[in-house]
Amino acid sequence: MSASTLRSPTGSVPDAAGRNTVARSVRAELFRLRAWPAMWATLGTWFLLATVFGYVFPYISYTTGSAGFSTEGQSAEVLLQGVLPESVPDVLVQGTPLFGGALVLVLGALVAGNGYTWGTWKTVFTHGRLRPTIGALLALAVIVAAMVIVTAVLCTAISVVLATVESQPLIWSSAADLLRSAGTAYLVFMMWATIGFALGTYARSAALSVGLGLVWTLVVENLLRGVGSALPLVQDVTAFLPGTAAGSLVGAVTGAGQGTPGVVDVISGPRAVVTVTAYIVVAVVTTGILVRRRDVN
Amino acid sequence: MTDNTTLTTATDRPGRAGSADIDADVVVETSALTKRYGDRAAVDSVDMTVRRGEIYGFLGPNGAGKTTTLRMILGLIRPTSGSVRVLGRPAGSRESSSCTGALIEGPGFFPYLSGRANLRTLARHRGLSDRCVEEVLARVGLVDRGNDAYKSYSLGMKQRLGVAAALLGDPDLIVLDEPTNGLDPSGMADMRALIVDLARAGHTVILSSHLLGEVQEICDRVGVIANGRLVRESTVSTLLGDAILKVRGTPQDRVVSIASDLAGENGFEIDGDAVLLDLPPERAPDVVRALVAADVAVSSIGPTERTLEDVFFEMTTTSTPMKGV
Repeated sequence: MSASTLRSPTGSVPDAAGRNTVARSVRAELFRLRAWPAMWATLGTWFLLATVFGYVFPYISYTTGSAGFSTEGQSAEVLLQGVLPESVPDVLVQGTPLFGGALVLVLGALVAGNGYTWGTWKTVFTHGRLRPTIGALLALAVIVAAMVIVTAVLCTAISVVLATVESQPLIWSSAADLLRSAGTAYLVFMMWATIGFALGTYARSAALSVGLGLVWTLVVENLLRGVGSALPLVQDVTAFLPGTAAGSLVGAVTGAGQGTPGVVDVISGPRAVVTVTAYIVVAVVTTGILVRRRDVN
Repeated sequence: MTDNTTLTTATDRPGRAGSADIDADVVVETSALTKRYGDRAAVDSVDMTVRRGEIYGFLGPNGAGKTTTLRMILGLIRPTSGSVRVLGRPAGSRESSSCTGALIEGPGFFPYLSGRANLRTLARHRGLSDRCVEEVLARVGLVDRGNDAYKSYSLGMKQRLGVAAALLGDPDLIVLDEPTNGLDPSGMADMRALIVDLARAGHTVILSSHLLGEVQEICDRVGVIANGRLVRESTVSTLLGDAILKVRGTPQDRVVSIASDLAGENGFEIDGDAVLLDLPPERAPDVVRALVAADVAVSSIGPTERTLEDVFFEMTTTSTPMKGV
């Protein structure tokens, strides 16, 4: 094969007008992400944890009469109601502020950070920086959307099985409740995913960004909220933290005070929506600035 | 809004934005290109010109500034000052980057994907068809191993996949940084043939390599960089200069004495059992006459050429910037 045959007349020349270039990058990122075992491991962990904490533990508590850390003090009737189809909207979001958020943060950090570790961003950025980055963020948004939809389907399927086993009538939640819950889960996940992506971009390393992100979500915010109960100034600050916003948003949907880890009622629902959205915007803009301004080494 | 706006600002020069006044034969042109890290200049006022269709060898010791220069040409690093224009456009602009392919400082691919899937990912980013992927895989001889995971590739295979990625989209300019790293002798020969073939097909190739014999063999022109400064840019033949005379005879001290008389004190060099005289081959009869007159037993005399390696070491130890043809 000679070099001249490389100059194929079709399909070789990129679209000069640059149309649909972001869509191409979304396609490219989805193409490579869908084959990534780390992504499936992260999503699988979420589905497993959502099932275990949303249905397995409450159902075991119901059937055995024992109480777990999240079901203590709840009557058998409440426990059973919590695993039936009418409670799918609550179960869908209850894990998102804590372990769900941490998992998508890990996913976002891996998507961005591993590209630097492997040198793949260097290869891709040779033909432009912003478009592939936006493509990766949008691909992440698609994956998160699929994650929420699959979770809703999974919750519905499990709750129907349990209702059948327990000979309970199939009472469905309203579509509005389900949509509101799915939207909340999506917002919370997107906040943590974009923060993870921004951390991965900033650190240019998956390991460092995952470590920093997890320490923040699982340790620092909880510590600050603990300190905040004694120091009003710290308490004021914690009201603006991402974990507080996510927990408050979920709390506004499910009704605060259920004892679910990560779910709080520190700020109002509307303010939580604004705060979560602001974090998404800040994370995306920060990522864009870092990608555009920094040298690619 | 296009990517690298700030880079465009840094590299664009007034009065040169349009394409009409661009020399169509110049593919890469840097002007006073400088990159500083703190007080240290990694690249210092480099004026470099790469012409269409040539294989340009870019040489320099480790840490001389080769890769930094190449990254600035690709728009991956923003210059501190100076400018880079690629195909008449600022480096890193969409127009220039869409016509450029590169393998820079080792290949960067997703380890969990196959070689083919890696290239398809890159092709999708750029809106290229899967057919292009098959073409470049064939070009580097990886069709049969295309479905193997990248992480299972040998160093040489990874390098070839990196070259395949650089060829995607049939770019006008191909930048190859040490493309023969990890290749066996046969792979190196194939790579050399590929590069020559690419140039024949109208591509412009910038080849950075430590294998000076390889560069001497296939490059049309070379640029030599040392301590961040371009110390020489010329054709290979100009750089090597004229042939000189190589003499073997005994006693050697008498050969040295004659060499000093004929070529001057600085015009000769002892090379093992031979003496190199900085004289043109047509002076051989004069040299033989003088040696015989001095009762030297001449065992051989003939023209010899300096290698690029000789010239490279001379230039990189005395780095005075100069520009040739």
